[in-house]
Amino acid sequence: MAHTSQFCTFYLDKHLFGVELKSVQEVIRSLDVTRVPLAPGVVSGLINLRGQIVTAVDLRRRLELEPRAAGLPAMNVVVGSEDGAVSLLVDEIGDVVEVEETSFERPPETLRGAVREVITGVHKLNERLLLVLDTEKACQMTEEAVAAGQ
Amino acid sequence: MNDSDIVQDFLAESCENLDRLDRELVSLEKNPKDPAALASVFRTIHTVKGTCGFLGFNKLEKVAHVGENLLTRLRDGQLTLNPERTTALLGMVDAVRQMLKEIASSGQDGEVDYPELRETLTRLQTPVEGDAARAAATVAPPAPVEAAATTKKEEIPAPEPAAQTRAVEAADGSGKKSGDSQREPARVKIGGLLVEHGAAQAEDIDVGLQEQEKGDRRRLGEIPVASGRAKQEEDLTAIQVQEAKPGDAPAETIRVGVNVLDKLMILVGELVLARNQLLQISNTVEDASLQAVSQRMNLIATELQEQVMKTRMQPIGNIWSQFPRTVRDVALGCGKEVGIEMEGKETELDKTIIEAIKDPLTHLVRNSVDHGIELPEVRVKAGKPRAGRLILRAFHEGGQVNIEISDDGAGLNRERIRQKAVERGLITAEQAGRMTDREVLNLIFLPGFSTAEKVTNVSGRGVGMDVVKTNVERIGGNVDVQSVPGQGATVRVKIPLTLAIIPALVVTCSGERYAIPQVNLLELVRLDAEKAITAIEMVHGVPVYRLRGRLLPLVYLSRELRLAEGTRAGKNDDSVNIVVLQADDRQFGLVVDEINDTEEIVVKPLRKQLKTLKTFAGSSIMGDGKVALILDVLGLAQRSSVVGEARERTVSGKSAETAETAGDKQTFLLFAGLGDSRMAIPLSTLARLEEFPISQVEMSGSQWVTQYRGQILPLVRLAVVLEERRHRVRALEAPPAPDSGPIQVLVLNHEGRSFGLVVERILDIVEARADVKANATRPGVLYTVVIGERVTEVLDIPAILRGADSGSTQAGLTMKSAGVAN
Repeated sequence: MAHTSQFCTFYLDKHLFGVELKSVQEVIRSLDVTRVPLAPGVVSGLINLRGQIVTAVDLRRRLELEPRAAGLPAMNVVVGSEDGAVSLLVDEIGDVVEVEETSFERPPETLRGAVREVITGVHKLNERLLLVLDTEKACQMTEEAVAAGQ
Repeated sequence: MNDSDIVQDFLAESCENLDRLDRELVSLEKNPKDPAALASVFRTIHTVKGTCGFLGFNKLEKVAHVGENLLTRLRDGQLTLNPERTTALLGMVDAVRQMLKEIASSGQDGEVDYPELRETLTRLQTPVEGDAARAAATVAPPAPVEAAATTKKEEIPAPEPAAQTRAVEAADGSGKKSGDSQREPARVKIGGLLVEHGAAQAEDIDVGLQEQEKGDRRRLGEIPVASGRAKQEEDLTAIQVQEAKPGDAPAETIRVGVNVLDKLMILVGELVLARNQLLQISNTVEDASLQAVSQRMNLIATELQEQVMKTRMQPIGNIWSQFPRTVRDVALGCGKEVGIEMEGKETELDKTIIEAIKDPLTHLVRNSVDHGIELPEVRVKAGKPRAGRLILRAFHEGGQVNIEISDDGAGLNRERIRQKAVERGLITAEQAGRMTDREVLNLIFLPGFSTAEKVTNVSGRGVGMDVVKTNVERIGGNVDVQSVPGQGATVRVKIPLTLAIIPALVVTCSGERYAIPQVNLLELVRLDAEKAITAIEMVHGVPVYRLRGRLLPLVYLSRELRLAEGTRAGKNDDSVNIVVLQADDRQFGLVVDEINDTEEIVVKPLRKQLKTLKTFAGSSIMGDGKVALILDVLGLAQRSSVVGEARERTVSGKSAETAETAGDKQTFLLFAGLGDSRMAIPLSTLARLEEFPISQVEMSGSQWVTQYRGQILPLVRLAVVLEERRHRVRALEAPPAPDSGPIQVLVLNHEGRSFGLVVERILDIVEARADVKANATRPGVLYTVVIGERVTEVLDIPAILRGADSGSTQAGLTMKSAGVAN
């Protein structure tokens, strides 16, 4: 039996993304977000996660997708990163899936733009594709993103 | 314990030892014959050598070995410590330190094995002139000394107990040492001391030892004295030397990792937040038991917070202890003689602050030696002693720590500073002409300013003082310099005690709350809607407000932060709230929607995604569990160009301010006292202005009190303390009339107590010359002075407090008798 790994999956604009389960601290419903003026656009704000202040990154904005429809509450996927916990704002939480290493492939060369930057590859599931998110990269602010906020 | 644990322990211990070596070698240089210090140095090196041989760090062992050889001969008196040898030994300490760093990062002791250093150390073992005499005097080291030395040697490799080490600084192994962890050598044997001092001959001691063994109960030193073979005073000196070694019982301490303390601090921070939340809830719920519990919890949390803060406190001596070495190296490098003195070594500061001020202080110390203190010949010509003095002083004052670095050198040359500043284009010649002496001195903190004629490797590279200033300001402190030409200069650094929990003012802007650190806060101004229209004026489109005759630039927070305008929902009027802030040397008014309250907040740093934002200093969780951002006042000022990035505007804008501090002017809080009389108190005595509804005033005995910030605040009424005695009793009995309006209270602190002074009406804050004054006309008044063309009484706060205390006791008695009569 080949090596398997578990992914926590979520949806963003109908795309299925996944992060390795072991990096996920918890998944919670939307919390009060404190806006941070002048911050890069992808930073949605700060949330209080039981006394810990966590930066919320809006993945839709990070991936340059359309903004989330009004009234649709975001879900928080809290992941550990180099610099403490970060909350990723996603549309909807999917299942935890177990995938085999053999189903993994590098992203297609033709993939460009923000998505290319933040995914490490694709797992071919039976019925659809799972984009594997690189959480460190997703939380990293590009120079332009920072500049845009200033 | 596995290998890496052993290595970690070795590193932590060796780093502490090396720092001690620096100090000991420098002090040894002054007093080369101190056997105790020599023994201690020897022992330390020996420990390092022994352990690294055991752990297989051979290069390190080699270096330590040659050092030890040299030290052996020094200890045995065959050689004397001269500056060259000290330098070589210090070089060895540096090499060992370098290798320890290498071990910490890579686990190996590095590639370099310092052949030159080893050669120097070996060469220095050959006796030179000056060694001979002493060497001859102790040709054959007498037996007891040898015995003492060898036993000591044997004891060494066992790790010393960490008992006297302060718990906080120990375990991170990054070279923090402690000022009070001076582990002195084991008790030196008296016989050895006597021989070493030349007070007795080895055979006499041997005789003495034999006598003791036979049952002679006298002290060892007394035997040769009695038999006339040694002088009594020499015996006594030896005893003193022996007793100087602290053989005290080890203090009850344990080593705790700094990370554990940090975690503890974070948890206490959480607890403080939870406490704030609980207090907020308990105030809305009518439940006596809940309130009792939350009050108790409040007290415990406060106490816990204090205690945990204490564990993070470190004496400033920890960073000072390396300055003798710094001073020695710099002084030697530029041919000067400098003695260093320290006062207030035990003054404590938070660990994070200690780390932050280390570099600025080192720079200041080097600067003083390099620029401040003159060459010995110059000093002698000026009638000063050859050796310059550098004095470090630290003390607490008003919740801050003051650190002074003074030298008795030439002082700062104002003319040259002026000249240089103009040459460098930092100010115009015309500005330079107008500047006061103090302003001129502070020019040295401008970036790109350096007067050093020649660039030494120590200082004079044009960076430095401005970096010092920036670093100190980053942690909420400030720097000031004073100088008397020909007599020296003093640099004063003021810094807060801690950074983790700070008092802050909470304001609202566009529906979001922001916290402003109280250290930056000067005052609050509120303008009614009507008044605001006329009071806020425009200078070329830039809004300003006349604050007591001076123009205060206004910065709108919503604009600076690009918050949506017009979302002032929940704001019931159009009044303008101005928070007057101090950034660098400039003042500006920050216009916010609402001013909420002051609160103790726990500062949490921003994550890297937001670190680039200069406008925020951090974030904090408020009482309701939401997150609020903490404004960085300096960053905000820079963003809004109140303070130029390079501070070029501070120079021109400062004149007005400094002029008045230089004069005799004092700032007073003016208020209406009894009747319509004018009264004032110096603003410096005021802690806060408050307004309480009369319903919150309670009676404790005959004393008006109110609950304020979790404490009982006694309210002192002017009518009571200042009126004639016969009116006083009547006034005291009166409980507050329930239908009267809110009372205005000045909250004052005196000798650690807070109390509120109830006044009729608060009028203004004014600056007045306090030199035109007349004597007081009644008790409780310090003097009278003319402010704004009206005679104003300046109150004597201590006298009023005394009056209030005696008044309440007396009134209490009166009340009691009244009760009996009823």
